[in-house]
Amino acid sequence: MGGFYAAVVVRGFRRYATYRVATAAGVFTNTVFGLIISYSYIALWDQRPHLGGYTEAQALTYVWVGQGLLAAMAQMGGGFESELMGRINSGAIAVDLYRPADLQGWWLAADLGRAAFQLLGRGVVPIACGALVFRLALPASPVVWLLFAAAVLLGTVVSFAIRYLVGLTAFWLLDGAGVVQMSWIVALFFSGMLLPLNAFPGALGDIAQALPWSAMLQVPADVLLQRRHGTDALLALAFEAGWAAVLLAAGRLLQGVATRRVVVHGG
Amino acid sequence: MAETAARTRVAPAAERTPGAVAQSVHAYRLVVGMWMRSTMVYRASFVMTALGNFAATALDFVTIVLMFSHIQALGGFTLPEIALLYGTASTSFGLADLLAGSADRLGERVRDGTFDTLLLRPAPVLAQVAADRFALRRLGRVTQGLLVLVWSLPRVDVHWTAVNVLLLPVTLLAGAAIFCAVFVAGGAFQFWAGDAAQVQNSVTYGGATVLQYPPGIFSRDLLRGVTFVVPLAFVNWLPCLRMLGRPDPLGLPGWVDFAGVPVAVLCCALAGLVWRAGVRSYRSTGS
Repeated sequence: MGGFYAAVVVRGFRRYATYRVATAAGVFTNTVFGLIISYSYIALWDQRPHLGGYTEAQALTYVWVGQGLLAAMAQMGGGFESELMGRINSGAIAVDLYRPADLQGWWLAADLGRAAFQLLGRGVVPIACGALVFRLALPASPVVWLLFAAAVLLGTVVSFAIRYLVGLTAFWLLDGAGVVQMSWIVALFFSGMLLPLNAFPGALGDIAQALPWSAMLQVPADVLLQRRHGTDALLALAFEAGWAAVLLAAGRLLQGVATRRVVVHGG
Repeated sequence: MAETAARTRVAPAAERTPGAVAQSVHAYRLVVGMWMRSTMVYRASFVMTALGNFAATALDFVTIVLMFSHIQALGGFTLPEIALLYGTASTSFGLADLLAGSADRLGERVRDGTFDTLLLRPAPVLAQVAADRFALRRLGRVTQGLLVLVWSLPRVDVHWTAVNVLLLPVTLLAGAAIFCAVFVAGGAFQFWAGDAAQVQNSVTYGGATVLQYPPGIFSRDLLRGVTFVVPLAFVNWLPCLRMLGRPDPLGLPGWVDFAGVPVAVLCCALAGLVWRAGVRSYRSTGS
């Protein structure tokens, strides 16, 4: 059974690897936005050095890690949730439900394949470009990179679990466009994509750091920047794993309620 | 025989110069009307997406406000001064996005072959593409930009002479025209690039983001790029710097602050040429 889901992961990867020109165009866009945000952060950190506990080099690293993770974490929408909604809308979901594969597991595997491709295809080059133009604070230790990889993997699962819940709302709402949009607006803001969460003022910052969206950028970035190291890095991973478990369980629960609602029309 | 008859009926109409503009406007209005009626069938969805559009763009400004919870000035600009830049850039971009933003989805139509349908209709193709999937919800962005602009006006230190008062609406409209030209030229670019719609986004959305910040914070190469390559600096930077009585970082002569309208006209003419070349090179999907 594990081999089956691994095959779905691989197919998810290949599916997105097909669109080479679109990927190159995405890399270009991520790099342009990385440049724009970098200059605004330089102006900000010029006024307030060590804002949020980051040096300027750390803040710039944060920007480029953010651009590198944007597509993988699907912060602006990734596609699978719209596709799931489309299948619920058209009734094709009935076919999915009698297949000998778990619905949530299937989509998770496909989304992990997508994320893996986006990480390699759209993540590495922008970060390399950023490192060419600016002085970044990238760690040398392979242990830190391994912890970062684990944090990214867990963050991807959290991102999936949230978007799965969003997708399932199509069982109740006929048109999901509004929910999908609201979902990525919230994700963009509370992941720290627009501004690091530790630069949010007061209680807003504390709340934002405790919410699951922080697993999509803030937590992995803090692990990479070694703002969280040693036991604290492990606690960061546990935080992500905890949210992943809670949200996946919520998705399973909602899926159970939703599929009992499905009415299959016979021919 | 039927084919020649169809040609003689369609071709002269498209080439009749005095009526060409009127015909384009007419076609544009028809297509826009059709999409608006179809949007309004799902009224709740429309309200939600319009609010979402408003909220998504408002987040950019919320980010700037959050930054100002730590600082007094960014790149030497106060919050109201940045709000003036933000409001003008956002309004101009929002207007262009509303009027011609759909042009960035041309690549989809080229890929799936439905662009042929537009070519077959006896109406100007550019007007049809600009109005394609017209999205009234984009008013959300215009509204948000205008609100920030109105908030900034009484708070910025501008001497409201007749010239400055007139410069503001002219800037908004010329800026919208420049962005429209970028949308059309970028759409035409997709005839060749096909899958690369994202590159266009980096000029449109990226450009709109750049213009929200004071020019002084960017590198000189980037400033030269958005002044001389894609003349976005004319959208709001140059006229706003004049209103605020600040020098521009590239040290351009003073009259360029008023060059928005001629630059907009030039951009639209160039975009039109690129568009024509793009349509001519189109060979449908079969080839």
